Amino acid sequence: MVYKIRIRRQENRKSDRYWQEFEFDGSENSSVASVLNELNSRSPLKDNSGNIAAPIGWECGCMVRKCGACAMLINGLPRLACSTFLNTLRGTTITLEPFSKFPLVRDLIVDRSILFENLKKLNLWLDSEAYMNPWTHEPRYQSARCLMCGCCLEVCPNFHTDGTFAGAIAAVNAFRILNEEQEATHKNEISAEYKEKYFEGCGKSLSCHDICPIRLPVEELLVRSNAAAIWGK
Amino acid sequence: MSKTIIIIGAGLAGLSAALQAMENGCDVKLVSPFPSERAQSVMAEGGINAALNTKDEKDSPEEHFADTIKAAGGLADPNAVWGMTQAAPELVHWLLKLGVLFNMSGYDDVDLRNFGGQKKKRTAFAQSDTGKQIMTAMIDAVRQKEAAGTVERFSHHSFLTLRLCGNVCSGCVIRDEYSQEIMELPGDAVIIASGGMHGLFGNTTGSLSNTGEVTAELFRLGVPLANGEMIQYHPTTVECSGKRMLISEAARGEGGRLFATKDGQRWYFMEEKYPEMGNLMPRDITAREIWRISQESEVFLDMTEIPKEIISDKLSGLADDCMTYLHKDIQTEPVPVLPGIHYFMGGILVDEHHRTSIQNLYAAGECCAQYHGANRLGGNSLLGALYGGRVAAKSACEQAGGVNLSCAAQIDIPSAPQIAATKQLNKIMQEALGVVRNEDRLLKGIQAVQTLTGNLPLLGSAILNSALARKESRGAHWREDYPKRNDRDYLKTTVARFDGKQIQISFVPIPERR
Repeated sequence: MVYKIRIRRQENRKSDRYWQEFEFDGSENSSVASVLNELNSRSPLKDNSGNIAAPIGWECGCMVRKCGACAMLINGLPRLACSTFLNTLRGTTITLEPFSKFPLVRDLIVDRSILFENLKKLNLWLDSEAYMNPWTHEPRYQSARCLMCGCCLEVCPNFHTDGTFAGAIAAVNAFRILNEEQEATHKNEISAEYKEKYFEGCGKSLSCHDICPIRLPVEELLVRSNAAAIWGK
Repeated sequence: MSKTIIIIGAGLAGLSAALQAMENGCDVKLVSPFPSERAQSVMAEGGINAALNTKDEKDSPEEHFADTIKAAGGLADPNAVWGMTQAAPELVHWLLKLGVLFNMSGYDDVDLRNFGGQKKKRTAFAQSDTGKQIMTAMIDAVRQKEAAGTVERFSHHSFLTLRLCGNVCSGCVIRDEYSQEIMELPGDAVIIASGGMHGLFGNTTGSLSNTGEVTAELFRLGVPLANGEMIQYHPTTVECSGKRMLISEAARGEGGRLFATKDGQRWYFMEEKYPEMGNLMPRDITAREIWRISQESEVFLDMTEIPKEIISDKLSGLADDCMTYLHKDIQTEPVPVLPGIHYFMGGILVDEHHRTSIQNLYAAGECCAQYHGANRLGGNSLLGALYGGRVAAKSACEQAGGVNLSCAAQIDIPSAPQIAATKQLNKIMQEALGVVRNEDRLLKGIQAVQTLTGNLPLLGSAILNSALARKESRGAHWREDYPKRNDRDYLKTTVARFDGKQIQISFVPIPERR
C-alpha cells in the first residue's frame, strides 16, 4: 500500500514551520514509528517534490509502548507512534505533527519537562516506608504504569503549560503515593498541593481517560486520588 | 564540602547509584538524554532474582551464586557475584519498602516464579512489567532528592566525552540536545550507567536510545572493553517494527512450551532433549537449539496451556503486547519465535568495586562487564543494575577525588555518527555475530568494518576482534570451528584495548574467590 506521510517540520523554536510530504510504500500493518524509522534510514531522504530533506526529528525508544517517548499528533490525535498502525487510520494520507501544548524543540519533538516538574511540585514521593495495602494493589499497580507520555494533557481542555493545573498525570500518579504514605504531615502537604494543582482545575471532561495509549483506568485513579486527598479516605 | 558525583544515564543502574551516593553524603548530577521513564530498564519484564526462599524449596544465596557462575561459564568475578547474590534478598525487601508492586503470595510473602537456568523458584516479579514497576518506585524516591536539591537532573543532555588529565577524570562534557549547547561538567567522579551497546546492531530487543556511543567514546579514550563477544540472544523474540520484540522468559516460567514440527507432529524438542529443565534451560542453550531447528522447521512458543488466571495475574502485559503487535491471542494460538539479541554481558572493564582503568571513572549496569560472564541468567539484569549502581556509588563516594586542578583537562569531542553509516555497521555486525560464529564470517566482518570511520565502528571492530580471538565455545559465544570449551586457554576475561592506533586483544585471568 502506498501512503502519503505529511509531516509538520520546524528546525527550531525560532524558525518557520512548514509541511513536507513523503511517500511510504509498505505494509498497512506498519506502525507510524516504523514508517519514521524507514524514512530516516533513506540515504538521501527525499520529499515528494524530489528535494533532499533533513532527517525527521522525533523521539523513540522501546518501540513497544513501554517508554512513552514517541507521543505525537497522528491525524490530529495524540497517540504513540509505536502502537498506531497505518491500517487503523482513515485514508492513505497520514498527518504527523508535534504536540501543540508544549514548547517545540524540533520537528516532532517537544519539551515535556513540565510533566516531571509538576510531579515534583506535588511532592509525589514517600516519606515513610510503603504500607503495602493488599486491597489496593491493582490500582497502585496501574498508577505506576503511567508512561508520562503526555497524551492526556494534550487533549485536556484545562491544561496549559503556563497555568498551574497539572492534569490527569498528577491524579494518576498521586494515587499510589497518597494510598501508601503513612507520614501524616507529608500526606497533608501532598493533599493541599493536589487540591490546588489538580482538583480545583479539573473540568471532568475525561478526554484523558479515552486517550490514554496504554488504557490506564484514568477515571478510577482520579476518583480514588480525589477521595484520598480531598475527603481523606 | 560534599563530593559531586556525575552519573551518566538515568535508568535503573543510574538511579540506584544516585540514591546510594545520597546515602553516602555525596551530591549528584544526573545526566541523561531522556527522562528515566524512557530508559531501557522499563522494558525489563520477567523479574529480579533473589533467594528469598518463600516457596519452601530450601533456596539460598549460595545456590543463586552457583547458578549464576555456572550460567556465566565461569567468566564472572566470583567475589562480585557473591556480593550480589548475598545482597539480593535485602534489595528486594528494600524495593518493597519503596512501594514496588511485586506480585505477592499470601499476605506478605513475595511471590516467586521459575526462570531459566535455575531449578528453584527465585524470580520476584510484578506481572510481566517488573522493570517498569521498579523504575516508577525508584523515580519517586529520586524525585524527593531532586526537590531537596541534592540531585540535579540534566535531562535532555548527552554525554560527549570525559574531562581528562592523563589518567585522571575530573568530570565530563555534555550537550543539551534541545539547544545544542555544549558545556563542561566538573565533578569528583563520573559513573557511567549508559546501557548496552544495542546501537551497534540496531535490531535488538533493547531500546533504540541505547546507542553504545558512550561506551564507544570511552573505548576510543583507551578504556578497555571486556568480553565484548558475549552477546546474549534471547531465545524467544519476534520481528516487530524493524527490531525484535521480546516474549519474556516468564512465558516459559509459567508453563509455556517450545515446539517445532517433526514427522508431521508437534515436537517439544527442549523437553525431550533436556528432561530435567526442559523449556527453562539457560538462554544460550535454548537460543542455540531454536536457531538450529529453525533452519528446517518453524519454532513456536505455545502458551495456550497456561491457565487463564495466570495470564491475567502474571502475564497480562505480555498477552497485551502479543495482541497489539502480532495480532495473536496467546490463549488460543502459539506464537512463532526466533532468537534475537537481547543483552550485552560484555562492556566496560570494571573491577569488583566497579572501578574502570581511569581514576575517578566508574561504570555500572549493562554498559559494564560484571556479574554475567559468558551468559546471563534471566532475572539477573535488574539485580545487577540495582546492586552494581550501589557498589559503584559507594566506591566513588569513598575513593574518588584528588583531582589536580592545575592540569587543564584535555577535551576532544567526537563527531556524531550518521544514520546511513550506522545502518551499514549494523548489517556487518548482524552478519558476523550471529547465534553461531566462525572465523570466515568474523574476518569478513573485520574487513568490512575497517571501511567505516568513527567511534561506533571502532567499538564494533573491538567486539569482532574479541570474538575472533576467543577460539572456543562458551556461553553465548559459539564458534562452529571451535565447538569445545577450552578452560586451559580461555577461562579468562577477553580484554580489548585501543592504544590510539590499533586494537589489542588479551586474555586476563578471572579473580580468585576469596
